[in-house]
Amino acid sequence: MKQIVVISGKGGTGKTVMSACFAVLARNAVLADVDVDASNLHLLLHPEIRERHVFKSGRKARIESARCTACGLCLPLCRFGALSKDAAGKAAVEPLSCEGCGVCFHVCLEGAVAMDPQVSGEWFVSATKYGPLVHARLGIAEENSGKLVTEVRKKAREIAEAEGRDVVIMDGSPGIGCPVIASLTGTDLALVVTEPTPSGLHDMERIIELAQHFKIRTACCINKFDLDPGYTERIERWCDERSISVVGKIAFDPAVPESVVRRIPFVEYVSNSSSDVIRTMWASLWALVR
Amino acid sequence: MIVSVASGKGGTGKTTVAVSLALALQADRAVQFLDCDVEAPNAHLFMKPKIDQSEAVYTPVPEIDESLCTHCGRCAEVCAYNALAVLKEDVLVFSELCHGCGACSLFCPESAIKETGKRIGVIESGRAGNIRFAHGRLDVGQAMSPPLIRALKKKLDPGRIVVIDAPPGTSCPVIESMKRSDFCLLVTEPTPFGLHDLELAAGAAREMNIPCGVVVNRASLGGGDGEIRDFCAREKLPVLMAIPFDRRIAEAYARGQSLLEAFPAYRPEFLKLFAAIGLGSP
Repeated sequence: MKQIVVISGKGGTGKTVMSACFAVLARNAVLADVDVDASNLHLLLHPEIRERHVFKSGRKARIESARCTACGLCLPLCRFGALSKDAAGKAAVEPLSCEGCGVCFHVCLEGAVAMDPQVSGEWFVSATKYGPLVHARLGIAEENSGKLVTEVRKKAREIAEAEGRDVVIMDGSPGIGCPVIASLTGTDLALVVTEPTPSGLHDMERIIELAQHFKIRTACCINKFDLDPGYTERIERWCDERSISVVGKIAFDPAVPESVVRRIPFVEYVSNSSSDVIRTMWASLWALVR
Repeated sequence: MIVSVASGKGGTGKTTVAVSLALALQADRAVQFLDCDVEAPNAHLFMKPKIDQSEAVYTPVPEIDESLCTHCGRCAEVCAYNALAVLKEDVLVFSELCHGCGACSLFCPESAIKETGKRIGVIESGRAGNIRFAHGRLDVGQAMSPPLIRALKKKLDPGRIVVIDAPPGTSCPVIESMKRSDFCLLVTEPTPFGLHDLELAAGAAREMNIPCGVVVNRASLGGGDGEIRDFCAREKLPVLMAIPFDRRIAEAYARGQSLLEAFPAYRPEFLKLFAAIGLGSP
């Protein structure tokens, strides 16, 4: 069983559109939306939720005001700026800043700090006509997205193994930080979706550097390649110098956003030169990992 | 006053809107621009600032003095992030899990732990025309961006209009970027993705009690922005500006031109946007 993750560095380059197409083309895949922060793959794959799980992770401090003697011991020790004095001089927690380290809990002589476990999201196992989909929803303003990504990946792998499916296709998140690292480590192939713009190139360089840091095999695809031939050439050259294959170049095609508006995976929405490129691209990716 | 520009979904045009707003305001006002998308900072590509200062940012991680350590295990017990493992002969530090809270060194009964700095990235600052510019760049391979964003926001100049370009999503880096903003502009596009993630971003702003308004980018895409406007009406979110779907705008972006540079006619639009934010007078 192989794992392929679709990432980009820069947001909005077309990760989810590509992932949904691969879901259609792979035929025997488990799909995983590892962009738990702003997941979108379900909007194209129309899942029926079969299992719901609560994601508990981390704790947050809460002051039991009746016990707090306003001694002030905890206040300067919080490194996250989450503690302040209330009107009575007692400690108060700003939950959005609290990272749950527990320094205040351990230092309090009165036992006035409780560390409450947090429900920070939910994850789902769903059925789609393209195969099982594991997806999640991180609570708003929550932490530990990396751990939730790990959870989603674990379940997707389990399903693939149990059902004898040959690939897990993961729709990743933008950036290069903790959720991206959690989605990248140990995968067989990372497809980087970029676009011929200064920011597309800049962020692609960073994400490929990250993939190489973790020794993950990488391929690249250029979306909207005809938007700026100069930048497309620069991207191709940059990839060539690092022996990264550019497996597909998709034109700036208004049918792509249209397919998203209609909520249909692009290769099912239309058959044109762009969808042909994506079909060929999937074949090349599969040839690279199998 | 601080205006942050966020979106939920990536690639909707946060940087385009943030940069254009800053450029439109700079003629008459003192402006500062902070690019808080430290994982994928892009504003400099369009603002082309002259960088005159560069400082590395470090987070504290524990260092064990083996000569003092009795392997009592207290440090691992108080670490909420499993960043320490105490073995019979050794203490292992997993610095990538460490949040730098200081619990281990604070509670070590032998004072055998001191903190050393681990580099996570760099802050670069300078000027773009009259605009004070600063951004953070997370080192590739580092997982945690919030401490770098916190360090970047220490540069915040309250005497200026501060425009913050936030990262996509709604989790901790976004919250860190939006904190203490007076207003949040949410940039979206009329696709199911744009709308779905707008709901999330608006939820985050609401949770933080930050008033917000919406900019619809690529407004003429697909069936147009009717659904977004309905959502905004239901949620009492003002739609403050709409930018049409225009290949020429995408091409200018690809050339590294800001929207205002390529289409100066947008300047009054952005001034109107700023006035509509309700913070028009300094």
